[in-house]
Amino acid sequence: MLLLLLIFFLLPLLMIRLPRFLSESRSLVFAAVQLGAFLYFLFCLNGVHSGGFIESVHPWIPELGINISLRLDTLSMIFGLLITGIGFLIFLFAHTYMKHYDGRGRFSIFLFLFSGAMLGLVLSENLVLMFIFWELTTVLSFLLISFFNEKGEARKAAFQSLFLTGFGGLSLLAGIILLGTVVNSYSVTEWVARADEIRESREYLPGLVLILLGAFTKSAQFPFHFWLPGAMQAPGPVSAYLHSATMVKAGFYLLARLSPVLGGTSEWVYIVSLAGVLTMLTGSYLAITQRDIKGILAFTTINALGVLVLLMGIDTGLSIKAALLFLFVHAFYKAALFMVAGTIEKKTGTRDIALLGGLRKQMPLTFIFTLLLVLSMAGLPPMLGFLGKELIYEAKVQLPGISAVVLVLGVISNIFMVMISLLFVYRIFLGPAVKSPKVPDERGTMLILGPAILAILSLFLGLFPGILGNTLIESALSLIRAEELQVKLKLWHGFNQVFFLSLFTIIAGVSLFMLAVRRPQFLAGWTKINERIFFIRPADVFEKMIDGFVRFSDRNTGRMQHGYHRWYILTIFVFSAGNIWFQVIYTRGWQTDAAFSLQPFYISGLVFVIIAATVFSTLSASRIATIVALGVIGYGISLIYLYYSAVDLAITQILVETLIVVMFVLVLQRLPKFAKLSTRRAKWRDLLVALFFGSVMTVVAIKAIHLEFSQSISDYFLEKSYLEAFGKNVVNVILVDFRALDTLGEVVVLSIAAMGVAMLFTFKKNKA
Amino acid sequence: MNSVILQIAQRYVRFLLLFFAVIALLRGHNHPGGGFIAGLLAGLSIVMKGFAFDIEQVRRQMKLSPSGFIGTGLVLIVVSTLPSLLAGNAFMSGSWTTISMPLGVDLKLGTPLLFDTGVFFAVIGVTLMFLFSLTKSE
Repeated sequence: MLLLLLIFFLLPLLMIRLPRFLSESRSLVFAAVQLGAFLYFLFCLNGVHSGGFIESVHPWIPELGINISLRLDTLSMIFGLLITGIGFLIFLFAHTYMKHYDGRGRFSIFLFLFSGAMLGLVLSENLVLMFIFWELTTVLSFLLISFFNEKGEARKAAFQSLFLTGFGGLSLLAGIILLGTVVNSYSVTEWVARADEIRESREYLPGLVLILLGAFTKSAQFPFHFWLPGAMQAPGPVSAYLHSATMVKAGFYLLARLSPVLGGTSEWVYIVSLAGVLTMLTGSYLAITQRDIKGILAFTTINALGVLVLLMGIDTGLSIKAALLFLFVHAFYKAALFMVAGTIEKKTGTRDIALLGGLRKQMPLTFIFTLLLVLSMAGLPPMLGFLGKELIYEAKVQLPGISAVVLVLGVISNIFMVMISLLFVYRIFLGPAVKSPKVPDERGTMLILGPAILAILSLFLGLFPGILGNTLIESALSLIRAEELQVKLKLWHGFNQVFFLSLFTIIAGVSLFMLAVRRPQFLAGWTKINERIFFIRPADVFEKMIDGFVRFSDRNTGRMQHGYHRWYILTIFVFSAGNIWFQVIYTRGWQTDAAFSLQPFYISGLVFVIIAATVFSTLSASRIATIVALGVIGYGISLIYLYYSAVDLAITQILVETLIVVMFVLVLQRLPKFAKLSTRRAKWRDLLVALFFGSVMTVVAIKAIHLEFSQSISDYFLEKSYLEAFGKNVVNVILVDFRALDTLGEVVVLSIAAMGVAMLFTFKKNKA
Repeated sequence: MNSVILQIAQRYVRFLLLFFAVIALLRGHNHPGGGFIAGLLAGLSIVMKGFAFDIEQVRRQMKLSPSGFIGTGLVLIVVSTLPSLLAGNAFMSGSWTTISMPLGVDLKLGTPLLFDTGVFFAVIGVTLMFLFSLTKSE
């Protein structure tokens, strides 16, 4: 399995540069690999069926519990088959679709890498590894949405999806780490085995919310759904692959994978089903008034994702079974419909539904297959979609407690879906012919191949549902729910509650459709009302938020990084002095008695000399005098060191003072004219800051004498200096032995500072 | 500046300064001194030459550039940590060896001295780098 993933990631790298005759068939090679992987998964089916799994573990960072452990069980199998199977069709489609675009090589490489990342995501048994693939899909989705990067809209949409799903990914990581600390492991198996521990821990709720944020942003759940319609800026194959069949299902996959761990609690049921219901309704409701055919499909995808999440939230065996079935249903019809939409866009030159109509004459094959697919989307017999919808109704009917509300909302959303599906076919293929920008035709069999296969599959599996049910869904279900559940999939259930619900849905949906066709003003009015109600668009809100954030940080940076050295110094002094004052006041008590003991008169005299020199240096009108005064201060201090027998310190101080004075003299003639630029007020302010900072240093010095630490380290140094480090000069021994690492750091800092100075001067010279 | 007295005198004073620098470096472990002080002294000796003649001229005459000094110093410091690593001791713990010299003098050599020498070179380099960049002719 690791080999499989490696092929998915290394092959594109090898195919970056190809001779011309080969590079045109890159997509076909990728399609072949997808087919190979698909067959590999089918081949593994026997071993995985009925609870078995294939595993491949390679240590990576075992200390942190992060390993490359891959596991193929039925749940990953379902996704693996969808990714590679649909991937195969998508690459065939893309080969024709992308033929005349620049950068199609880049495109197919990104798309292929994406399928690899997606496979990695569903195969990872280690959650950190899964997160890495999760983020990879986010990044690749960004690159694919922004494929037409010369279009501002595409760039905007790409950023939006990147920010949102990236944010979700980070919170997912936080959730994984948080819950990982509970059981000390990132392995899904371990989490499932110790699910009770996780559910009962204090970290459960925050961890759940974080992980759900990840799943909801990825699967475009309300209120994060808006990035998905934006992502329709991507080329057709991307919408068909990422934004219908695979990536947006990653959130659902995560829910399914972790529901044995996190599910079964009332928090789970409420949060997840609420998000699902809202998304479901938003998606189907807003889809009606879309004009862009890809937009319609995007909103119905949101509806489908809502249904999937809702079913996970209902959290009964039946609902999960319904979800797994619906996963197939939706992946089939939606990927195919997106391919159809791409074909139509290609052939007619527009995606605006108002400019399309009566295409059945020019594109008869496309019409037939679209009709089949749309029947599946509407949930009409005999398609697979009908089975899915029946099972969903059944799951909702059997739901205890909130079933009534969920059921009613579910029926409403399905009525909308029926209406949209019929409208979709009617307005594009039937209806009066409309003059499109280009005259459509049906050349290029590759384009219709994918939708055809998927439509026929939808029909076939609808007629013989046992194939899907027995092999994959039952066994995947047993992974998520331990209970045995025997629900045979079949078309005809008899006259029961579910049947009448279905009947009602279809009748209501068809009548709404008729109404919309008979009276065009009905839809127009609906659109108008919608615009009134939804005048706040989440996409705009989000964009404003991002803009505001950028502006805020821009202004903030401008305020902090103003480039005036004097303000930097001022800020640093005031801030650090304030902090230290705070700390000094709140640390232990005060003692003032011993602080001002009498010193020999010459030391007191020296202090007065230093103070006088300080005052003089600030007042002097001559630069030389100021420098000399500074020298006096330095030498005076070194004398004080000397008096308290800190010889090394004194020598160093004297040498540094000397160097400074000498260097000053050397550069003196190059300095600008000595002038007093500060205003009176500035001087007073500077004086205050100086006093503030100086006083805090004084207080710290006084306080340092009184603070008694339990153990003074000086004694240790004095004792060990000669015995262990063979040195009598303790200061030096500390520098080169006890604290050698500090010294090393200091020397490095000093070197970097010197280079910085050198750079500053070089820079100035270059500029001049 | 063009002072003959300074130009003549600096030869001897410079030699003295360098001499004291080496002394300070060697005695540092037991008496006041050490790499930092020695480095400053040596740096001063070069500044003095610059004073007597021309900094630019001194810069051109230097066999080793300031960054060369800094690099040498840092390399010496890193080298001084190797024995402790090889011996399996804690990182940077001092290792000592005694060499018997003629005339019955035992010379104690240890990695701290090497370390201090590294500091010595680095400080010279830093001083010179400050000096040269400050006085670089436009």
